[in-house]
Amino acid sequence: MNTKGKLFQTVLKHAVLLFLCFLVLAPFSLVLVNSFKTKSEAARINLSLPTEWRFENYTEVIQKGKLVQGFTNSMIYSAGSSSIAILLASMASFVIARRKTKAMELVYYFFICGLFLPVNYVTLSKFLQAMNLTGGRAGLLLTFLSSMLPFCVFVIKNFVSSMPSDIDEAAIIDGSGPIQMFAVIVLPLLQPILVTAFILQFMGVWSDFITPLYLTSKSSLWPMNLAVYNFFGKNTSHWNLVFADIVLTVLPVILVYLAGQKYILGGITAGSVKG
Amino acid sequence: MNKRTVYPVWFVILPLVFYVVFFLMPSIMGIFYSFTDWNVRNRGDLSFVGFQNYIDIFTSEENYASGIYNTLKFTIVSNIVKLIPALFLAMLLQRGLRGKNVYRTILYLPAILPFLIIGLIFKSVLNYQDGILNVGLELVHLGFLKQKWLSDPEVVWKTIYMVDAWRGIGYVMTIFLAGLNAIPDSFYEASEIDGANFFHKFIHITLPMLSGTIMINLVFGITYGLKVFDIIYVLTNGGPGRTTEVLTTYVYKLYSSGQYGMAVALNTILFVITMAAGVLIVRGMSRKEVEL
Repeated sequence: MNTKGKLFQTVLKHAVLLFLCFLVLAPFSLVLVNSFKTKSEAARINLSLPTEWRFENYTEVIQKGKLVQGFTNSMIYSAGSSSIAILLASMASFVIARRKTKAMELVYYFFICGLFLPVNYVTLSKFLQAMNLTGGRAGLLLTFLSSMLPFCVFVIKNFVSSMPSDIDEAAIIDGSGPIQMFAVIVLPLLQPILVTAFILQFMGVWSDFITPLYLTSKSSLWPMNLAVYNFFGKNTSHWNLVFADIVLTVLPVILVYLAGQKYILGGITAGSVKG
Repeated sequence: MNKRTVYPVWFVILPLVFYVVFFLMPSIMGIFYSFTDWNVRNRGDLSFVGFQNYIDIFTSEENYASGIYNTLKFTIVSNIVKLIPALFLAMLLQRGLRGKNVYRTILYLPAILPFLIIGLIFKSVLNYQDGILNVGLELVHLGFLKQKWLSDPEVVWKTIYMVDAWRGIGYVMTIFLAGLNAIPDSFYEASEIDGANFFHKFIHITLPMLSGTIMINLVFGITYGLKVFDIIYVLTNGGPGRTTEVLTTYVYKLYSSGQYGMAVALNTILFVITMAAGVLIVRGMSRKEVEL
């Protein structure tokens, strides 16, 4: 192909991609810009800058929307369930990958089934009520961490399988017990995949809506997501406040994404190329 | 070295207990309860009603069966709408385009947002009167394209596919990009020497080399599609009328109105459909491995 044709092609590619980036970013800027407007100005939702910047929207929404509480809850659910699930999944993956027996292979596939199956929230919510687990955060934590085990076992087991087992043998000969060997030698070696799994699960729980919708009755247990939804229900016409609420809810995930991008994309690559 | 002491079984048992008690058991119990008259009034003593809940699902005026149809339709259409453009986008980015990483970062961004938030944002964007989409269309003299995006039964599914694609294309594209990067450049170079054009290269190199990645995207896409809830709940809540009702939204409605037996029966139907899809996918995947 001649250089002119190639140049034209490159320009065309950039034009398409820039247009798509605009389509992606436009709603983001819409939300951001309107979150600083007055109620009446934000009612005509458009991309123009506010005539008067109302930073009070944010303080107002933090109070009215119970965002501090929501943030704390979201943080506990996301960080808590992800860390516990990753620890449990690493233990299981390690033993499954090393023992290599038929039974262990069965257990592995048993876990993998969970990637496909839908959670039955109806029975789960009644079950948690019967177990007295709905009064606090424990019910949601247990639900989240259990439902992320299939994915975590899936990616971590693949990672362990690619690790040589001489290391464990050396550690055992040195006289350390299984727990010590696992904690001191194996876990640090798993670090790259653990970080990836943690970030993906953290963001997954942060975004999850259906689980708390079914399983939390008290507003004091709501994660940010549910708090925002409820706030929207009560303030449908206050788009400025709803948008400020949205900005505060997505800010943490966007920060985690930008900081951990390498790991997120790396995780997707690891998961997909393997398969 | 003794495997029994070095790799203790309880390392597996402990996670397994969590998984079984809080994930699998509710589903299995749900199958059992779907044959009872479980509802908000009779917690203590349930009676066995056979297939009555299932009969009701297919004969009720509420038209629950349309939820099954809509779930399948969403799964198929939403995947086509995302996978094909995403593949071409990934190919656009594949070979050393300047700014590739910036484009990828931006296009992936919607995938990290909670669906709830996306729903709320698009509720405002798609508002018939003041929504920026309709206003924008007026502005560029395309007013005839204005739609009642969320309340016209003829349009509402297209709107949902559009919003879903807005969120998902970047994600699918990123997975394709990973697959494309694993194809050695030399394959393309060799075929270019042989005079292959774009179309030849696509059919004979890209597609076959990408079969594993396509499979992964299908697995994620199908399981997501069958379980879709948030985006529909927030955007339309099944409306207008019952137009966009899917299995999960019906289950939630039945749950909220205390008809637990019906709710779990409907959930069991979803369970069976996902199982069937899962078995088909796993079989397809293992066949792929044999070929390789």
